[in-house]
Amino acid sequence: MTKRSRIPLNSALVVGGILTVLLIATALVSLVWTPEVPTRVRVAMRLKGPGELGLLGTDHFGRDVASLLMVGAWNSLAIAWPAVLLGAAIGTAIGCAAAAWKGIADEIAMRVSDVVFAFPAVLSAIMIGALVGSGPLAAILAIAVFNIPVFARVTRGVALQVWTLDYIAAARAIGKHPLRITWEDVMPNIAGALIVQVTIQLALAILTEAGLSYLGLGVRPPNPSWGRMLSDAQTYLSQAPHLAIAPGIAIALSVLGLNLLGDGLRDALDPTLKGRGAPA
Amino acid sequence: MTKRLLTAALLLSVSALPALAAKTSLVVGMPIEPPGLDPTIAAPVAIREVTWANLYEGLVRIDRAGKVQPLLAKSWEVSPDGLTYTFRLREGVKFHDGSTFDSADVKFAFDRARDPKSTNAQKQIFAPIDSIETPDPATVVIKLKETSGNFLYYLGWGDAVIVAPETAANNTANPVGTGPFKFKSWTRGDRVELTKNPDYWQKDKVKLESVTFRFISDAQAQVAALRAGDVDAFPNLGAPELFAEFQKDNRFKAVAGNTEGETVAGLNSAKKPFDDVRVRRALMHAVDRKALIEGAYSGFGQPIGSFFSPNNPAFVDTTNVVPYDVEKAKALLKEAGHGNGLSITIKSPQMAYASRSAELLSAMMAEVGVDLKIVPTEFPAKWIEEVFKNKDYDVTIVSHTEPLDIEIFARDSYYFNYKNDKFKALIAEAAKTTDEKARFAKYAEAQKILAEDVPALFLFQLPKLGVWNAKVQGLWENSPIPSNDVTEVSWTE
Repeated sequence: MTKRSRIPLNSALVVGGILTVLLIATALVSLVWTPEVPTRVRVAMRLKGPGELGLLGTDHFGRDVASLLMVGAWNSLAIAWPAVLLGAAIGTAIGCAAAAWKGIADEIAMRVSDVVFAFPAVLSAIMIGALVGSGPLAAILAIAVFNIPVFARVTRGVALQVWTLDYIAAARAIGKHPLRITWEDVMPNIAGALIVQVTIQLALAILTEAGLSYLGLGVRPPNPSWGRMLSDAQTYLSQAPHLAIAPGIAIALSVLGLNLLGDGLRDALDPTLKGRGAPA
Repeated sequence: MTKRLLTAALLLSVSALPALAAKTSLVVGMPIEPPGLDPTIAAPVAIREVTWANLYEGLVRIDRAGKVQPLLAKSWEVSPDGLTYTFRLREGVKFHDGSTFDSADVKFAFDRARDPKSTNAQKQIFAPIDSIETPDPATVVIKLKETSGNFLYYLGWGDAVIVAPETAANNTANPVGTGPFKFKSWTRGDRVELTKNPDYWQKDKVKLESVTFRFISDAQAQVAALRAGDVDAFPNLGAPELFAEFQKDNRFKAVAGNTEGETVAGLNSAKKPFDDVRVRRALMHAVDRKALIEGAYSGFGQPIGSFFSPNNPAFVDTTNVVPYDVEKAKALLKEAGHGNGLSITIKSPQMAYASRSAELLSAMMAEVGVDLKIVPTEFPAKWIEEVFKNKDYDVTIVSHTEPLDIEIFARDSYYFNYKNDKFKALIAEAAKTTDEKARFAKYAEAQKILAEDVPALFLFQLPKLGVWNAKVQGLWENSPIPSNDVTEVSWTE
């Protein structure tokens, strides 16, 4: 394995990177500053259009939409990140184990993955919500659960390839324990693929979080969330379309940004894909 | 090709046929599905909104104007001392199962409702009854222990409808009454279907052949269903912000009427810190009712300061007793020892008016240093279990749509956990007073006590934003009693 001194740039990587940095920056800034207190209700100034009051107008309670979006970005990431990391940690562990021991362990892990894979996140969120009560925790767990099989499969795939390489055979020959081989030799070589997957899953997690909040299963009111902003905006579509457009664009740009970043990273980290264009 | 054209032409002519005659079916949309179909054993309003005057009838009924009218009793006499009511029953009335209605059914229904084991939600209706006699099949004599000012009025409620001994036990799933419509089917989570009762005692009045109640909780879906013609009428639309659009659309009739629904945020008076009247008052001072109505109901609905409908002649305006005053709220909280803030939860049902009000309340409470966390609680099942039965809550919010229901604050076991002996005595006296003026004076005093004591945050009177197809006639514009009476509904063409 050749060591790369720097990641080669490509347009997907640049655009995705910029969008993602913007998303994270907005979320972080919302922690210390927003144009208005996002939960501040000003009924007398409800349903003002963009520019009329504040950058993006006000919602049906007269709250500042721009401030809600900013805090919504944080809430969105605050659920998506831990969910994906939790799913990635467990999924990677399962995938590595399956690749290391193969045989029956591999078979069981993959078939269980298939079963978990069959449940959409929304369904598992409802089930988990029934167990732990609906709210942010249920949303995190639900998104994590549907991420586990994704990471288990990806990890197993790339780890199996690595296990066939000569230096692994050498490591086994000197009696190195499979756990140590996984940690010291396999992991560093599959990290690239995992980073790409994390980025793409983050996009999906943001989308799922919005969907769950839309259904009332995610972030609790009055804490702002993009999904709930969309759901609240429904009945006001004809009077105040900006209420739906603003969070809609925020979700679309975030997902697009993370997806482009993922694709860009894949192109950059995987030399075998060079010249073949970004895979779908 | 010709064959296809022919089929198309045939289909067209067939589908054009029903247009010749006026429609005889009606689909009514409701936001909440009833848990059962027996109004005599449970409280939920949704039960009455399907069954009252459609499936079941009482001795008397409440009309569109809120007045008492004869129904199964064609007339009655009240003795001069106000203790004996003699009802003359209508003859030739049959239950949906074919059995005959007579005085024995009245005695059975009332004895069942006032039985100590009965779960009737309005036992105060029957509490004054001493004995029920049936000298002949067409006469019922009810003797009271004490005078009851509202007795006849109460008998018009869904809780006092007449059920038959043979079928009463199954009424929850298979209702049998004497009304203009018979129960046909119930697809849980979707719809209840009723068909015309061919043996109805005044069947000439009934124009509809079938009525379907569909349950659609989502406001956007309600509007879509109306626009698509899947639902002909929404007696109370869940999205006030969309109501104005229907007002402009001449395919629909949009009527903003009144309900008897007081929207209140109940405070659990048995629980700290709500056992302290200063805290309850502080929370009330924190509420800007006008802003709340604007935000939660697009400005429809009247502010209330106590638990009484502005439609009722005994209503007094008490919104100034504990007015919106942030500084006073803070001062009272400090005095009660909560100067450093207070953290409480509100169990809020999913109905738009409730969840929006909860969000607005949460924001208003934040202004006075109270952290009001919203806990979504599904209505009715989960809410009934947690709040209504187990009283496991701090603050909750719901609209009480029974008319003249101020006496729920006099009940020991009601979910507010409110205990005030003076109030209780006053309500008991008012109930006994047959002189209207004296009774109204007592109700006025009772309203003031509640306004000062704040056992619940009194918010606003729920409006009835009815939207229906412009060709539908005969629906009620106001709801002086929770109901969707479709007896006199017809289509024009």
